[in-house]
Amino acid sequence: MSDQEALFEYLLRLGDNALVLGHRLSEWCGHAPALEEDLALSNVALDLIGQTQLWLNLAGEVEGKGRDADKLAYLRDARDFRNILLVEQPNGDFAVTMARQFFFDAWHYLLLRELAGSKDGRIAEIAAKSLKEVTYHLERSRDWVLRLGDGTEESHRRMQAAIDDLWMYTGELFEADEIDRAMLREGLGPDPAALHEPWLGLVKATFEEATLSLPQPGWAQRGGKRGIHSEHLGYILADLQFLQRAYPNATW
Amino acid sequence: MDSLTHPDLSQIRSWLGEVPDPEVPAVSVMDLGIVREVQWEEGELVVAITPTYSGCPATSVIAIEIEAALRAKGIERVRIERRLSPPWTTDWITPEGRQKLEAYGIAPPAEIAGGPSPFERFLRKPPAIACPRCKSVNTHRVSEFGSTPCKAQYQCRDCLEPFDYFKCI
Repeated sequence: MSDQEALFEYLLRLGDNALVLGHRLSEWCGHAPALEEDLALSNVALDLIGQTQLWLNLAGEVEGKGRDADKLAYLRDARDFRNILLVEQPNGDFAVTMARQFFFDAWHYLLLRELAGSKDGRIAEIAAKSLKEVTYHLERSRDWVLRLGDGTEESHRRMQAAIDDLWMYTGELFEADEIDRAMLREGLGPDPAALHEPWLGLVKATFEEATLSLPQPGWAQRGGKRGIHSEHLGYILADLQFLQRAYPNATW
Repeated sequence: MDSLTHPDLSQIRSWLGEVPDPEVPAVSVMDLGIVREVQWEEGELVVAITPTYSGCPATSVIAIEIEAALRAKGIERVRIERRLSPPWTTDWITPEGRQKLEAYGIAPPAEIAGGPSPFERFLRKPPAIACPRCKSVNTHRVSEFGSTPCKAQYQCRDCLEPFDYFKCI
């Protein structure tokens, strides 16, 4: 794999994480438990879709085959998506959505902070822009983990269940493969393993304050970064891509 | 003739000062610091703009409005460039822009951008936001996100006014 191909793959991962989670959050629009939450979830979704455009446009540019963000988002099949498994997990109840968000935001924040120092100026500027938005996402999702964890008996039970269920999808965030190693070698991206300690530190401190227990280390589900997904991604794409598939090149 | 077809840049900036932000029409694109650079390049006017938030749908509307406003002033060749770096921060809102926001009922950003990281933020008390209506700082945050990506929702505990806060990024 050439450096250029590795960079394209890496950019797809960044773009697809934002796209799939942005889509998941948009599913809450009109269904959130309160108006403020509806607005907040849609706002976070909007930020992530904006970041998707930046990452996937850059990916298309690097690939050099004339694909832009829209073509990459609407015209690839599940096997070609490179998002981590965590972001495609269903919304579940509000606790599941916020636990997923907190795990992702904390990691996303740490990753973007490193990418803002990338040797590739195009990566650095998108990361610096996104970092400002993700700072707010993290503050909010952490708040909800605290509030539900240290809330009523019912909210505590649901948040603990959400954490226990999603925990196995967090291992993939910190595993390096040949693409991550190529990025590290070129000074373009960080070693994923190096993000684990600060991530775990924040998660532990938050759980402690929220009276939640940290799950025991166990089997980590992996594969999304290589295009091996759970059954959920196909349903997301059916929804996301329907219009472009049914009416090719439709615009409005 | 040249000054008619190529008006000087201060004239152009003052025209752009009349182009309102589509989401917050009380302030102009100049007040918000969205216009990063204006220059003539071989007879073409190049206007560099920067998005406030990467997903802000207003950014493309702003580009269209700037182009329309300049064409209405007789400038035929206009190119809008989108510039990401350095990223926009609320520090770029002009003092005049801050006053206009407050007069419109939106509390302007209370902090300097690029301040504490979230890890530090969690440990400190958030800054007091003054109610744009009665100026009391006895206010509380209702939600981190408001009617647009750039705002949060607050409420005043004294006069009970619900209001938008232009949050700091």
